[in-house]
Amino acid sequence: MTEAIYLDHNATTTVRPIAADAVREAMLMGGNASSVHRFGRLAHRVLEDARDAVAGLAGSATAEVIFTSGGTEANNLALRGTGHETVLVSAIEHVSVLSASETAQQLPVNGNGLLDIESLVAALEQAMSPALVSVMLANNETGVVQPLAEISDIVHAHGGLVHCDAIQAAGKEHLDMKSIGADLLSLSAHKFGGPQGVGALIVRGGLGLTPVIRGGGQELRRRAGTENLPGIAGFAAAKEAQAELSSFARLEKLRDRLEQRVSDLAPVRIFGQNVQRLVNTSCFTMPGVNSETQVMGLDIAGLAVSAGSACSSGKVEPSHVLRAMSVDASDAECALRVSFGWDSVESDVDRFVDAWGSLYSHAGNNTSKARIQAMAG
Amino acid sequence: MNAMLAKSPDTNRKGPIYLDYQATTPADERVVAAMLPFFSQKFGNPHSSGHSFGWEAEDAVEAARVKIANLIGAEPREIIFTSGATESNNLAIKGAAHFENRRGSHIITSKVEHKCVLETCKRLEGEGFDITCLDVDGSGFIDLSELDAAITDKTLMVSIMGVNNETGVIQPVAEIGAICREKGVYFHSDCAQAVGKIPLDVSDMKIDLMSISGHKLYGPMGIGALYIRRRPRVRLQPLFDGGGQERGFRSGTLPAPLCVGMGEACEISGHEMAEEAARLLRLRGQFLEQIQGAFPSVRVNGDMAKRVPGNLNLCFPGMRAEDLLTGLRGVAISTGSACTSASVEPSYVLRAMGLSDEDAGASVRIGFGRFTTEDEVVHAADLMISGVRHQLDGTARENHIEPAAQTNVSVA
Repeated sequence: MTEAIYLDHNATTTVRPIAADAVREAMLMGGNASSVHRFGRLAHRVLEDARDAVAGLAGSATAEVIFTSGGTEANNLALRGTGHETVLVSAIEHVSVLSASETAQQLPVNGNGLLDIESLVAALEQAMSPALVSVMLANNETGVVQPLAEISDIVHAHGGLVHCDAIQAAGKEHLDMKSIGADLLSLSAHKFGGPQGVGALIVRGGLGLTPVIRGGGQELRRRAGTENLPGIAGFAAAKEAQAELSSFARLEKLRDRLEQRVSDLAPVRIFGQNVQRLVNTSCFTMPGVNSETQVMGLDIAGLAVSAGSACSSGKVEPSHVLRAMSVDASDAECALRVSFGWDSVESDVDRFVDAWGSLYSHAGNNTSKARIQAMAG
Repeated sequence: MNAMLAKSPDTNRKGPIYLDYQATTPADERVVAAMLPFFSQKFGNPHSSGHSFGWEAEDAVEAARVKIANLIGAEPREIIFTSGATESNNLAIKGAAHFENRRGSHIITSKVEHKCVLETCKRLEGEGFDITCLDVDGSGFIDLSELDAAITDKTLMVSIMGVNNETGVIQPVAEIGAICREKGVYFHSDCAQAVGKIPLDVSDMKIDLMSISGHKLYGPMGIGALYIRRRPRVRLQPLFDGGGQERGFRSGTLPAPLCVGMGEACEISGHEMAEEAARLLRLRGQFLEQIQGAFPSVRVNGDMAKRVPGNLNLCFPGMRAEDLLTGLRGVAISTGSACTSASVEPSYVLRAMGLSDEDAGASVRIGFGRFTTEDEVVHAADLMISGVRHQLDGTARENHIEPAAQTNVSVA
């Protein structure tokens, strides 16, 4: 059988060889970065070099980088840590942002998945206290990129703070914390070629933060626990992704070709097509065929894709992102996400379209449940 | 398999001899080898339920969970992965306190717990919880009758570590468990320094919550686990929210390579525990004998019998440990916990055991482990003896002779 093709890079992407090497090297080096002896000092140097590299990736100062166990922890630390009573989040945020603050008010997005600016302004004007506003740079399901600089200006004009979940955007999209105006920014290494189990929250200098995890005084008392040195070293090494954005841009051609070809085969609906998206991400429908059926059918054909975010892919509910974009349930239930990675090639598109086309001709033209279940089973 | 066959990482080739195995243990090369495929071809997200890449990662994570459970006599589904023991301790204590705050508002811990337990308790105190911090005796043990007397109808949880990170002293965990079960309060034990070093069984010891660290047992950094008893059921409020992974206890993508590494590390530790313990006891005895031969006045801090085989904590009366460490280039040891090793205060653990500030400041922690060889032990003892001698001479001169004769050790 031919090797399976992975087109689910927004769930997790392949580790870049340079990052895998950095992880291995740091793992064999050993040493606790808080120890005073030579092993500790060497570990500490790796840690601080990595902090420098990650700051460079985000366009922040070195001391503003707090390493965490991943994106979920970074988002939680941001939303719980600033102590703001008024929290506004866009309705399409990742579930780790949506559920981190119980009092958060959700802001609507338009049909293209862009934040509704008027609602933001209204919410800021009605707020009883300065707001923490959390808006992601790029959505994990549709790839839609928000006009963060504009949003930040508005929030700051109202005395609020901006948290930006840049987890899906890092390594795929130009990233500069200052020009987008974010006060807090979340990153996750494994979404752009670093290892799993490490992320960062970048906190603008001078901003106080209450820790979620307490203990030793690591990370300037903002995040306790022995630093995951190999993970952090791998995270830093993966920043080459940001330097190679121009080569990542080639994925736009693959994505466009895929969208063109599936559109030729069926009346598909492509979400967020008319606005700026990550070049590697496409979310579209297979008319009349349930997402689960598609994912399973494609897996049998050797193609790994997903119906939405991996965290919730065990669930059968339609995506909250598409619902927030006012997509009809009948369309939302038929959505599929394809996300390319730095190592994707053109033939992946052909393999995908062949399998997708054949699945559609079997299942799409005969939507009887028995038939679909037989395919999936 | 003989532990010595395990290839050692770089820590004992060139440079100083690593004798700080309580701060972190180098990852075993067998662990690294098990992890590497999950950085390359098996890179899936274990929560991607729709395709084989996800299933492969999920299977590996579940196999690792079984290995961790086996080492402590738990069921696999009672094991939750975290980012490390600090997070596990935070989750266990805060999680129970916040979920069960109607059941009780009193938490009992001890003065010698790891900083992250004490800091978490301090935070809860600020929220209105009552915290009792039990004393320890000169050997480092809590008093069981004191514990028993401290439990009231308001008590929610007792958190006592299995093994102390500075002295290696083993608390009477089974007895503590029996008292807690009888009184109907949760028993959480920070076993970051115990797992893989001494036999542990959550059923026999009646432990309800147990924190485990990956990098203290030759596994990777950035991963830990929390054992959460199912019968009788322990309920926790998560520290953070998100995708609802780990049965809702801990959201976030599970780092499959790290989970695999930790599982492997647990399995190896389980297989080699008895043999390794005997070997380390022999090496430690040899080291201590050599030191005592040169300094009859040296004292061992903490009980010698109920102590993990890889730990020594020695007091050289009259010496300044900070200065010894600065001058001692050939051996990597510490004055105490790595998390607080930047602080100049004498160890709160040793002070709780009744040591004077001066004696606590004259104490060092020496940690032996899987890759420590007999040659290293002999050589390290020699280096330490001359280092201590140098310090004691310097201190004596400083104290009793004119200032001009001071020996200043340059600070690196």
